[in-house]
Formats: sequence, structure tokens, C-alpha cells
Amino acid sequence: MTLETIAEKLSLKCKSSWENLKKDVSGGYAGDLLSDVMANSKAGDVWVTRQVHQNIVAVAALKEHAGIIVVQGAIPGKDTIEKAQKEGIPILISELPEFEVVGRLYQMIYSAQG
Amino acid sequence: MTLGEIRDILDAEVIVGKDKLDLEIHTAFGADLMSDVLAFARSGCLLITGLSNPQSVRTAYALDIAAIAVCRGKALSEKFIEIARELGIPVLVTRYIMFETCGRLFQAGITGCIREVHLEDKQRAQ
Amino acid sequence: MRSEDYEEYLECSYEIEGRDFIDAGIVSSQIKKGLKSKGIPESIIRRIAVLTFEAEINIISYAHQGTIRCYVLPDSVIIEAKDIGPGIEDIELAQQEGYSTADDAIREMGFGAGMGLANIRKSSDTFEISSVPGEGTYLKCVILLNGK
Repeated sequence: MTLETIAEKLSLKCKSSWENLKKDVSGGYAGDLLSDVMANSKAGDVWVTRQVHQNIVAVAALKEHAGIIVVQGAIPGKDTIEKAQKEGIPILISELPEFEVVGRLYQMIYSAQG
Repeated sequence: MTLGEIRDILDAEVIVGKDKLDLEIHTAFGADLMSDVLAFARSGCLLITGLSNPQSVRTAYALDIAAIAVCRGKALSEKFIEIARELGIPVLVTRYIMFETCGRLFQAGITGCIREVHLEDKQRAQ
Repeated sequence: MRSEDYEEYLECSYEIEGRDFIDAGIVSSQIKKGLKSKGIPESIIRRIAVLTFEAEINIISYAHQGTIRCYVLPDSVIIEAKDIGPGIEDIELAQQEGYSTADDAIREMGFGAGMGLANIRKSSDTFEISSVPGEGTYLKCVILLNGK
């Protein structure tokens, strides 16, 4: 399951690093408390959050996430997008609230894995 | 579905509200930041959060949220439990991460308590 | 081991400004990149990335300025974080999960959940912390390279 497929199926808009949309997603992680994401998320996860400040890029890069989905209509600032572009981290956005996005993503990822 | 069925789906422990397992809940809102809950969540939903401090209980109370599911296997302080009891808000704790918790409930038919963020909600948040 | 004993293994040293949230994470990514190039196992690098990030965030959140140093020894990696700032009044309390002195701005960014020191401790094989209120805080984390 690639980020590209996820973006298509969930109608997500990509804001950075389009070239990395073909990355494989191995799981998902949802949360807005950065220490928790640092401690518990895994490489290859797609990270679902409503945080939009630049530090989300540092976290995603350090944890080697496949990408970030920003939910709830939150809009990453120009600085965040630029940083994401530099680090090669795709940022996708959704107007939907976290529960809906995670619910659909969960179904996609886990049915893909059989 | 009932709170009891939610407990089963999440393999959760009921910390407060063992007498309220028949409570009907159809929607859920997942968030770690209580400012988001205040801005976007609706009454009657299940709040799913990893924020295990009393702030979560007070926020749930302010919005008449039906129950709280604390995920990521967080241990709750005595104060948290006391306030939840006092305010009459059922609390479940599940070891599943937020992603798994929301995923399982969504598959079981629970829907998000707002379909999309609308302009009024965004304005309310500001 | 005293710092004089491993000074020769210093890999890199970075200065951090307090309240500089914009640059938060830069130091830990640099250290991570450096360790990757030394062929250190991925799983160990991940632990070091977590604890270095938390140490970096602590300096930015609470200190005036600080330094993070990385030493690569034959059998371990040592991360030292030293800062100049208000320090920690009660070290035992500060290490309790959920305890935080973060302000609202910090919490809204998703920091300040009170997990930083706990994460650092969990990610290290040995962990030393000391502080002088009014002066600053010192952290030393040892990560063994030969497995637990």
C-alpha cells in the first residue's frame, strides 16, 4: 500500500515531496503529543495528526515515517511545507476529523495486509 | 452500540462507570489536544484520547461527552478517577494505540461525531 | 566513567538556543545521520534519536541555552546534554511520568506531556541526571552497542 494509493482513495491533497508518494506504508500512527509519537510510532508508519508546526517534520524524519496526514482542516504553514520538502517528507491534508481518516486508513492498510 | 460493546471491541478495562455499560454511543472523536475537543467535538460522543490528565475529564464534562476511552494503556491518576466519578463520566482504558482504537471502532460502525470541519467550526476554534 | 575518560571519542557537539522551537530536531537529526554513517545498528540509532530529541526539546523548552555532545566509544555511544538555565527544583518529581512545568504554548505544540525524561530513561542503558536550581541541568545517557 503506497501513500499515493492512500491519497487517491481518501481524497487527500499532497503539499510536499510528491516524488516520495510511491513510498510503502507499513502501518499507521495517530496522535498529537510529540513525546508519545517519538516513543511509540514506527518507521514506515503514516502519521495522522492535527499539528502543523515545523517540529512535525523533525519527528517524521527522525522516526522515518512514510508521510504525515494533517487532519481536521488544519493547514501547515509555509515553513513546515518547506522543511518537509527539504526532508523529503510528503504532507497530505484532509478536511475530515481524525476519527474518520484513521478509520478509513485502518481499513485500507489492514485489508491490504490480508 | 453500547459502552459495554465498545469495551469488548477495545479489550478495555472499565475504570469508572461499571453501572453505565448499557449507555448507547454512536459517534466518536479522537484527539490529544483538548482545545480541539472544545472546538470540534459534539455532545454524546465517545472521546478517544491519549491525554491522561484531569483536563480530559473536565473537557468531556464541559461538552456533555458520553464517555472517555483513554488509549495507549495509560495509567490514570487517582485525581483523574476521582474527578470522573464526581462528574459521572464513564472512563475506559485500552492498551491499543489511538490508530488501532479508532480503526476498530470505525470498522464496528461508530462514525466521527462531525463529518467535516466546516467554516463555523474553524471560526469557533479561533 | 568520567568525561575525561571518553573525551577522545567526541564525535560532535552542538549548541542550542532556548525557546528556539523552529530549529527543534535539527541536532538530533544531525547526530542520527552521523551515527548512520558509522554503521551503528538501526535499532540502536532509533533509541538514540528518541532520547536526543527529548533532550533537545528540554533545553529549548526550559533552558536559556545548552549543548549536546555525542561520543562514539568502541562499545557504547554516550549522549551528554548540559544546559544553562533555571534547572530542576525537584528531580524525582520531574522524572514522574505526566509531571510537567510546560507553559500553554509548549503544550499546544504537543510537547509538555511530561514524558520526556521517562522516554530518555527508557531509551538509555544507563542514565544520569543532575541539576542545580538557578544554574542548569546535566544529563548523561549511555547506550551499549553490544546489546542488553
